[in-house]
Amino acid sequence: MRERWVEKFIKFYLPLLVFLFVLLFPFYWMFITAFKSDAELYNLKLNPFLIHEPTLQNVIMLFKETLFNQWMVNTFFVSILATLLSLGASLLAAYSIQRLRFRTSGTIGISIFFSYLVPPTILFIPLATIIFELKIWDSLWSLVLVYPTFLIPFCTWLLMGYFKSIPKEMEECAMIDGASRFRVFWQIVVPLALPGILSAGIFAFTLSWNEFLYALTFISTNTQKTVPVGLITELVRGDVYHWGPLMTGALLASVPVALVYSFFVEHYVAGMTGALKE
Amino acid sequence: MAKVLMQKLNKHFGEVKAVRDFDLEIPDKEFMVLVGPSGCGKTTTLRMVAGLEDITSGDILIDDKVVNNLPPKDRDIAMVFQNYALYPHMTVYQNMAFGLTLRKFPKAEIEQRVKDAAEILNIKELLERKPKALSGGQRQRVAVGRAIVRKPKVFLFDEPLSNLDAKLRVQMRVELKKLHDRLQTTIIYVTHDQVEAMTMGDRIVVMKDGLKQQVGPPLELYFHPANKFVAGFIGSPAMNFMEGELASEGSALFFQGPGMKLKIPADKAAKLKDYPEKRVIFGVRPEDLPEAACAAPGETFDVIVEVMEPLGSEVYLDVKAGEHSLIARAEPTTQAKPHARLCLKPNLENLHFFDFRDEKTIV
Repeated sequence: MRERWVEKFIKFYLPLLVFLFVLLFPFYWMFITAFKSDAELYNLKLNPFLIHEPTLQNVIMLFKETLFNQWMVNTFFVSILATLLSLGASLLAAYSIQRLRFRTSGTIGISIFFSYLVPPTILFIPLATIIFELKIWDSLWSLVLVYPTFLIPFCTWLLMGYFKSIPKEMEECAMIDGASRFRVFWQIVVPLALPGILSAGIFAFTLSWNEFLYALTFISTNTQKTVPVGLITELVRGDVYHWGPLMTGALLASVPVALVYSFFVEHYVAGMTGALKE
Repeated sequence: MAKVLMQKLNKHFGEVKAVRDFDLEIPDKEFMVLVGPSGCGKTTTLRMVAGLEDITSGDILIDDKVVNNLPPKDRDIAMVFQNYALYPHMTVYQNMAFGLTLRKFPKAEIEQRVKDAAEILNIKELLERKPKALSGGQRQRVAVGRAIVRKPKVFLFDEPLSNLDAKLRVQMRVELKKLHDRLQTTIIYVTHDQVEAMTMGDRIVVMKDGLKQQVGPPLELYFHPANKFVAGFIGSPAMNFMEGELASEGSALFFQGPGMKLKIPADKAAKLKDYPEKRVIFGVRPEDLPEAACAAPGETFDVIVEVMEPLGSEVYLDVKAGEHSLIARAEPTTQAKPHARLCLKPNLENLHFFDFRDEKTIV
């Protein structure tokens, strides 16, 4: 009995604990740094893993001396719009590639995937030209337009897999019942693919929320920045790192993402495993 | 109510010819069964009638109207699928009402029709449930209910019973047949199970490799198969086949195989006498091989019993006649023992002879 427990501890709980520690320690570090004063932060004699004199000065500085509120609003605006836009396009693309089986459907499916493989560090140069031409440089709309370039391929592939798991007979039956292709899509396929659509949405939202490179290159006005770019550009001044407010900002910015995940976690798992329960 | 006509129907998937020159006329109210081994083109034919599969060439007419290019929803048909294809996010009621709602029926009528169908199928208390809370048999009933509420011209069934367990299958078979008697609607029913075909169909089409082999009422196919394939496919256990040669001895004609000999009765001999080929295939069903007292060679077969399969009401004997393995049906009171010698006397009324090359029935 005891030996079995030891075995289970070594094989299961120990790796789990190590894994949890690696994942959660950065959050812990972020959390304690957010509530430490600069004096405490740089005092090497104190135990760095504990807060000795908790303070709110970092929070106050973040909200008073930077446009953090505005950045949050901007990030929400860009993430939500880009996600909706990408989901709309991906739903139609994935469905048509998976089900309509036109002559080039296979090729199109693969080329969408390849476009996802091109790194943003290469893509941002030609994209910058397009953004200039469209006269949306230094505006949030540039991000709303650019983010789908990597979100659509990603969501399309995720949804293609999901649509594949929906029995074709269900759609055929609905068509015999009198539904048009579009109605079949809306009334049968979309409700059944909801877990998949939610996971794609969560992913798209998180990717947009954390996106850094495009936001850094296409936005320069302070009021138009997103959280990741705003924090880095405004709170790292030259070689001076304002660790307290930086960590406070990072902590607050991770709250919406954490909420979204915890809210949809069940659907999210089902969506990832492609499980369609009849 | 409708008649369905298929003329020179062809379906090719690239190089594969799934259905070839298929002609069939299904009169109004008929229960027509398409049967054949998997890959014979029966489901493809049904899907072409439904409009789910394009036609490569030929015509499909429902009530004398060509429907080749009509979408499924405009053909006034209903289909029951093998996996039921119930919409999992809708209740049983919504599943059954879906087609009527799309066709903009008044709410009161939808309710009436769903209630009526639920009554017929004995699923009234399930209407508020979701499909996942139903057993296989109940799902099957809902799928049938969804088809009958629309009162279509033609019902299409695609192996609807193959996902049910054996007992339920027998029960649903009877219910579907009763339903047909009650609704008097044309039905096209696809199955690979010849027992289903025999018990349910008014007429049966046997298919193989995309080709129609024979069409006719069940007993006609059973007693007068057009070729060796139909003879072997219809009936369980399958018909026994033996290859051998025709030999004349005086005025009598004999069938001679390795280690066995049989005198052919006069009426059949008359037709076989002038047959140009000497080599033929002889077929006899297990129930036409009863035990008998041993007689002169040519009257009875000498066999060795290998295995006995008692079923209670009857016993199947797996026997060896010369080089051939045969199955014979015996009474439960049989004295046969494994590895013992036995004599079988074929029922001369029901002997079949097939051409050795094209396997068509000679007599």
